[in-house]
Amino acid sequence: MRGARLCPLSQRAMPPPDTEIVVDDPTEPDDRSPAVTSTRKVEAAVYVALLALAAVLAYDNWRSGMGWAKDGPQSGYLPFYLCLILAGASLWGLGTLLVRRAQQGKPFVTRDQLRRVLQVFVPTLLFCVAMQWLGLYVASFLLIAGFMRYVGRIAWWKCLVTSVVFVGVMFGTFDVAFDVIMPKGPLEALFGK
Amino acid sequence: MEAFSLLMQGFSVLLTWKILALMLVGLLLGIFVGVLPGLGGPNGVAILLPLTFTMDPTSAIVMLSCIYWGALFGGAITSILFNIPGEAWSVATTFDGYPMAQQGKAAEALTAAFTSSFIGSLVAVLLITFLAPRIASFALRFGPPEFFAVYLLTFCSFVGLGREAKHKTLISMALGLLLAAVGMDTVSGRLRMTFGFEPLLRGVNFLVAVIGLFGISEILLTMEERLALRGHTAKIGLKTVLKVWRELPRYWATLLRSSVIGCWLGITPGGAIAASFMGYNMAKRFSKNPETFGTGRIEGVFAPETAAHASGTSALLPMLALGIPGSGTAAILLGGLMVWGLNPGPLLFVEHKDFVWGLIASMYLGNVVGLVIVLTTVPIFASILRVPFAAVAPMIVVSCAIGAYAIQNAMFDVWLMLLFGVVGYVFKKIGVPLAPFTLALVLGNRSEDAFRLSMIGAGGDMRVFWSNSLVGTITTLAIVLLFWPLIGRIFSGVGRLWRPART
Repeated sequence: MRGARLCPLSQRAMPPPDTEIVVDDPTEPDDRSPAVTSTRKVEAAVYVALLALAAVLAYDNWRSGMGWAKDGPQSGYLPFYLCLILAGASLWGLGTLLVRRAQQGKPFVTRDQLRRVLQVFVPTLLFCVAMQWLGLYVASFLLIAGFMRYVGRIAWWKCLVTSVVFVGVMFGTFDVAFDVIMPKGPLEALFGK
Repeated sequence: MEAFSLLMQGFSVLLTWKILALMLVGLLLGIFVGVLPGLGGPNGVAILLPLTFTMDPTSAIVMLSCIYWGALFGGAITSILFNIPGEAWSVATTFDGYPMAQQGKAAEALTAAFTSSFIGSLVAVLLITFLAPRIASFALRFGPPEFFAVYLLTFCSFVGLGREAKHKTLISMALGLLLAAVGMDTVSGRLRMTFGFEPLLRGVNFLVAVIGLFGISEILLTMEERLALRGHTAKIGLKTVLKVWRELPRYWATLLRSSVIGCWLGITPGGAIAASFMGYNMAKRFSKNPETFGTGRIEGVFAPETAAHASGTSALLPMLALGIPGSGTAAILLGGLMVWGLNPGPLLFVEHKDFVWGLIASMYLGNVVGLVIVLTTVPIFASILRVPFAAVAPMIVVSCAIGAYAIQNAMFDVWLMLLFGVVGYVFKKIGVPLAPFTLALVLGNRSEDAFRLSMIGAGGDMRVFWSNSLVGTITTLAIVLLFWPLIGRIFSGVGRLWRPART
C-alpha cells in the first residue's frame, strides 16, 4: 500500500492535508539483542592500536632523521613529534578510561546491529574484490541486484531493472560523457572496449 | 565599489547555458543527497567530485557548490517531515519543525526553513563579497611564518574550543597530520613512513579518506539503526509561501541575530554545527514566552536554519581568502581546488579572478534558484524516502568506489577507502571527531611547508614566530586558544576567590 495513499486534496483542506509516508523495516535490530562488546573495551583497544601505530611511525621517522639540521628540521622531525602527541593523547585516553570506571556497560554494538552492519560490509568487500577481475560495471550490477534481492527481499524484476538502469547511467556518465575511465573486465572485452 | 563591478563580471561568467545547466544539475543532486539517509553535504560533494575532474575549474566549483547548497536545503526536508536530521546542523530544526508538521503545518514549516536558509546564506554571501577580497589582499603580505601561525591558530582553536573530549580531538588531528606526511617529503625529497610499500609513495589521498570516512562509514552506521520511517508529505502552495513571507518582517530580530551568530561561527573553524543550536537557544532566550519553543513555533524553525546556512556559507570565506576551510565540506572543496590545479589562498583573488568571482556570483544565483526548486519540488523529494534503503545502500557503495578509484585511477585507493570506512565507523561510535582529521589531512602538507620554509628563512630560529607584531599576535592567540579550557578554569577559579572577598 506504500505510496498509494497520496491524498489528492488541496493544501488548505481540513483535516490535516498531509498524508503519511510509511516505510517499514522488517529486519530491524531488536533493542534487547545482547551486546557483542562494550564501547569501553573498543575504546581501549583503539587507544592501544594507536599507541602501536605511533611507535611504528615514530621508529620510521627516527630512522629517517628527526633532528635539527643547520637549515631547520630534518624530514622526520615534525612527524616524530606528532607521533609523540598521538601516543600521549592515547595514553591520556587510556587514563580517563581507568579513572571513569563507573560508566561501564554501554554497548558498542549489539548482536543484531553487528549482523546488519556485516550485511553491508561483507558484500562491499566482495564487490571490491570482484571489481579487480570483473570490472567495475559488472561488479556493481552484481552488488546492487544481489543486495536488493537477498538483503532487501525485493522482487527479482525490480532488482534487475534497477541495477541495469543504474549501471547504465553510471557508464554513460563516467565513461562516455565525462571520460573518467573505470576498470574493465571480460564482459567489456567482449564488446571490444 | 570595486567588489560590485567584479561581482557583475562574475555573473557574466556564469550566464552561459552550460553553467546554468550544471548549476541546476548540482542543486538537484544536492537536494537528493541531502534527503537520502546516510548521505549528507560532505559525502555528496566528495562522491560527486570525480565528475568534475574533466571540467574547467569554474564549471566544476559552480556545480560542486550547488551540490552543497542543495544538500543544505535538503537536510531541512527530512528534519521537518520525518524528524530525521539529514545533517548534524539540522538537528535544531527538528525541535519545532517536526511538531509543526504533526499539526498539519508542514508546508509553513518548510517554507519558513527554506526562506530563512536563503536569508542566512544571503547575509553570509554579502559578507564574503565585501570582506573576502580585503582579507585576501591583506594576506598577500603574509610570508611563511604568518601562514604557519594562521594554520596553527586553526588547529589550536579546534582543540581548545571543540566540544569533544580534548584527547580525542588531539588524536584525530595528530593522525590526520601524520597521514598527510606519508609519502615523498617535498622539501628534502626523502620518503617518509612508506615502509617500502609502493602505492604509499603518492601518499594518502585526502578525497579517498573523505569518501571512506563519510560515505562508507555512514552507510554502516545507518544500517545499524532502525530504518522504519514515519513522516508527512507536504505540498507547498503559493498562498502558504506568501503567508509565511508576510510574517517574515516580524521576526527580523531573530533572523538578524541568527545570521550574525552563523557568520561568526562559520568563519571560526569547527563552529558550523554549533551555530544552529546557538541560533535556536538565543531565539529562545530572547523570546517573551520561551516555554512555547519546541511545540511548533515558526520562530524555532527560522532561528536554527538561518544560523546553519549562514555558517555553512561563511565557512567558505576563510577558504577563499586564506586557503583555510571553515568546515568539512569547505575542506573537500579545497581538496577539489588542488585537483583542478589551483592553489588556494590569497593569490586566488589576483590570479584567478574569473574563478573566484564566478564562485561568489554562483552563491547568489545558486541560492535563489535553489529556493525556487525546493519550494516547488518538495513532494517529489519527500517521496524519495519511500525507496527502500536496501536499494539505496549498494548504489551509494558503488558511487563511493567510483569516486575513490577515479581520483588517481588506483585500485589501492578503493581498499584504502574501505579501511577508512571501518575507521570512520569505529571513531564515530567511540566519539572521536572526524572534522579535525579532515582539516589536518588537507592542511598538513601546506602547514609543514610553511613551518620549514620559515625555519629555513630564519636559520632555524623559533623566534621568527614572534618576529613582528602580526605574526606574534596570531601565534600567541593560537597558544592561548589551545590552552583555553585551562585558562578559563583558572579565571573562574580566580573569580571565585574574589567574590567572597567582595561581599
